[in-house]
Amino acid sequence: MIILQKRKDIPTYLTIAVPIIAILITVLAGGIIFALLGYPPLAALYEFFIAPLSRPDQVGNLLVKACPLIIISTGLIFCYRANVWNIGAEGQLILGAMGAGWVALSFPEAESPFMIVAMAVMAMLAGALWGAIPGLLKIRFKASEILVSLMLTYIAIFLVDWTVRSPWRDPLAFGFPLTKAYPDAGLIPVMSLPGIGRLGQLHWGVPVAFLVAICGWFYLTRSLGGYQIKLMGDAPRAGRFAGFNQGRVTMFVMMVSGGLAGLAGMIEVSANIGMLQPQISFGYGFTAIIVAFLARLNPLAAIAAGLVVALAELGGDTAQISMRIPKVVTGIFNGILLFMLLAGETLTHYRIVWVGVTEKANIEKASIEKANIKKDGASHG
Amino acid sequence: MTKAPRKLNPKSKDTPLLASYGMTKSFGDLVANQDINFSIYPGELHALLGENGAGKSTFIKMAYGLLQPDQGYLEWRGERITVTNPQQARAMGIGMVFQHFSLFEALTVAENIALALPPDFTRQKLSQMIKTKSAEYGIPLNPDSIIADLSVGQQQRVEIVRCLLQNPSLLIMDEPTSVLTPQETDQLFQVLKRLAKQGCAVLFISHKLDEIKQLTTRATILRGGIKVAEVKTKDQSTRQLAELMIGAKVKEIGTLSTPKSSKTLFSVSGLSRSAEGPFDIALKDISFSVKAGEILGIAGIAGNGQSELMAALTGEWRPASAAGVNKIMIGAADMTPLVPAARRRAGLAFIPEERNGHAAVPSMTLSENALLTGYDQADVVRRGIINHDNTLAMARHISKTFDVRQPSDDPLASSLSGGNLQKFVVGREIIKSPQVLIVSQPTWGVDIGATQFIRTAMANLAKQGSAVIMISQDLEEIFQIAHHIAVLNNGQLSETLKVDDVTPEHIGLLMGESPTRSGKARSGKARVSS
Repeated sequence: MIILQKRKDIPTYLTIAVPIIAILITVLAGGIIFALLGYPPLAALYEFFIAPLSRPDQVGNLLVKACPLIIISTGLIFCYRANVWNIGAEGQLILGAMGAGWVALSFPEAESPFMIVAMAVMAMLAGALWGAIPGLLKIRFKASEILVSLMLTYIAIFLVDWTVRSPWRDPLAFGFPLTKAYPDAGLIPVMSLPGIGRLGQLHWGVPVAFLVAICGWFYLTRSLGGYQIKLMGDAPRAGRFAGFNQGRVTMFVMMVSGGLAGLAGMIEVSANIGMLQPQISFGYGFTAIIVAFLARLNPLAAIAAGLVVALAELGGDTAQISMRIPKVVTGIFNGILLFMLLAGETLTHYRIVWVGVTEKANIEKASIEKANIKKDGASHG
Repeated sequence: MTKAPRKLNPKSKDTPLLASYGMTKSFGDLVANQDINFSIYPGELHALLGENGAGKSTFIKMAYGLLQPDQGYLEWRGERITVTNPQQARAMGIGMVFQHFSLFEALTVAENIALALPPDFTRQKLSQMIKTKSAEYGIPLNPDSIIADLSVGQQQRVEIVRCLLQNPSLLIMDEPTSVLTPQETDQLFQVLKRLAKQGCAVLFISHKLDEIKQLTTRATILRGGIKVAEVKTKDQSTRQLAELMIGAKVKEIGTLSTPKSSKTLFSVSGLSRSAEGPFDIALKDISFSVKAGEILGIAGIAGNGQSELMAALTGEWRPASAAGVNKIMIGAADMTPLVPAARRRAGLAFIPEERNGHAAVPSMTLSENALLTGYDQADVVRRGIINHDNTLAMARHISKTFDVRQPSDDPLASSLSGGNLQKFVVGREIIKSPQVLIVSQPTWGVDIGATQFIRTAMANLAKQGSAVIMISQDLEEIFQIAHHIAVLNNGQLSETLKVDDVTPEHIGLLMGESPTRSGKARSGKARVSS
């Protein structure tokens, strides 16, 4: 039997070497797959890793792609740290986009710079409320937030679909399911960097994403609120003993992650699309889950993890366009990359141990005892 | 694999039944057993004595085939052997009763025993054998009883009978008395003595020195993975044994002061709580009060409502409505509706029995653990932001005052030994000089040195005029530092008695009275030694 045993001290060289090895294995495995399918492996790998970084405007686009991932995963990290499993960020993102869209479409003549602020606030509110539903059902009825938040995502997808086809449809859109274009005050402008000028589609949402991640990190590591979140995640019984309210923490992290997902939705629409349409997100809410775990639930690391995942996605796009590699193949390649990175992460912190049958009994006994502790803890709810 | 002992190897009294030579076992950097030479003879009552973490469990696990030694070997009746698994150990004639029972609560006695035996018995034959065997040793068992309905002492009998049915020549008992009343302990000792008379060797693992003196003839003492002594128990005083075990002089706790004040500091009246889950114990009309300067010991076997009572006292559980007679008062102030944090502000302090995940968080640092009950103290949290320097200072102060030995400046709680973490947890509460300290099993799984330290700290707190309520399974502990004693049995609390006026036997009777579904020892099982 194989078990994973936590390493006590993690040597520094390992933390550096492991991601490099993971990427090398991915390159090797990917190259073999490309070659087997009849694509020149080196050219394909170039499109994946180098092309998206080869021009300054491409770097800008990379940052744009990473922006929603960073914002959403910061919120998700709050949840996962508290042992609350929100996987419905996609739906919360859509609700945020709709909330912001409602403001933008309600004031088509607005020119005030407060417009964008109002949209952001409305987006966060809408996302937070969508996130509050699974939180409330979890507290009140012990409903699984995993199922509820996921199901609410499908409701959100059909809600925005219906909205842009029916009540909010632009009558002049030739029957296409689109709303009117947002007024200029409701759009996020492209950034112009001093001395460089524009960098692809780089917009003001990107610095906001960095700020969100930094604030999230500060809150989790330095504040009493963040302490409560970690406490409820690690040892809920100790949290109650300290006098904190588990329900309140659950609601808080669900609303924070919902609100941040909503903000990401608003930025996505206002910076890149300019109106509501049936498809707003390209699975950012789900991809952000991977980002959160790749970052080991640390918001600062989510910046780097968001960039890596965005690079893989962008590289897949370029490879599809320039080499006509089918989407499923780029998907396989991205899958290998993420799998290797996560496996490397795990193996950095745990070692694989082969255990004989005799020791197995011991380990099982210990884990039963541990489970009993948890049960005991839970029964004092 | 070794076959049954050959005839040319006579079972003489001079050949040890089981002997070990140079047994060594390491886990990573930790040497759990180093060069252990040990022997036990047929019919001998032998004690394996040592503090938590001294390597007792590692040693018996190697003897029972659960672990393999890195170096050294075992001899069974004079023949060198390798025990590769427990099945082999059982076949050789080694029986083992674990500290935590491995019984299925929903099955009957006979069904549980059938699971451990080779499948060549019919149910009826097995039932008959259980009846005969248990009657033979004076521990009658009904084969058709459901385990969940038995008391802990009876459950232990099931484990013992299970071993006896295989006619062992060596019975290993791992901390068998930790869940028993004094009377049950006496009965157990009679069974073990009878077994020894019939030639079965008994290896008795314990850290309770009185019991070792009472039961065994020889003791092997381990400290830090090394065998430090092998003594005849009758030649040693308990104090000498203790000193061998911890390797230092044992400090006496000063004599108890009698509290002068008569001011009632803390009182509970009519506390009732219905059982919320299938394994909960309902609390029935619990009332008691404690005066300033006084220590009240609440005795009882684990699983008789201790954790439910503790949750009600801390405020982790609160009555649904404030109405009724349910009242928890500190002085004249009603605490009943208050959450734990508010009760702390009113001058209460709590130490729950479970260190890992309740009183402390293993995955957090000591300073973060200091914050657990200290976050509303001045200078620690300001405007929602934690002042790390001040929490660290707080943790350092606790560690220094309470002699917490730690591997680094601000280590993870999980890197401390059980005794040191307990000193930290106790210190964290006592350092606040609470008016009332409520503590559950303060020295469970803690080495002797830390135990004495913690008991002294609690006695000193009482001397300074605080009231202490100590829920403890350890009668010795209660008789050592408490002024008054009450017994919790099946969710009911006895009247409060003066410790000077009662005997352990009297308390034992109160502990075992009408054990209707009592003594399930859930918490006893759920704990992992640390």
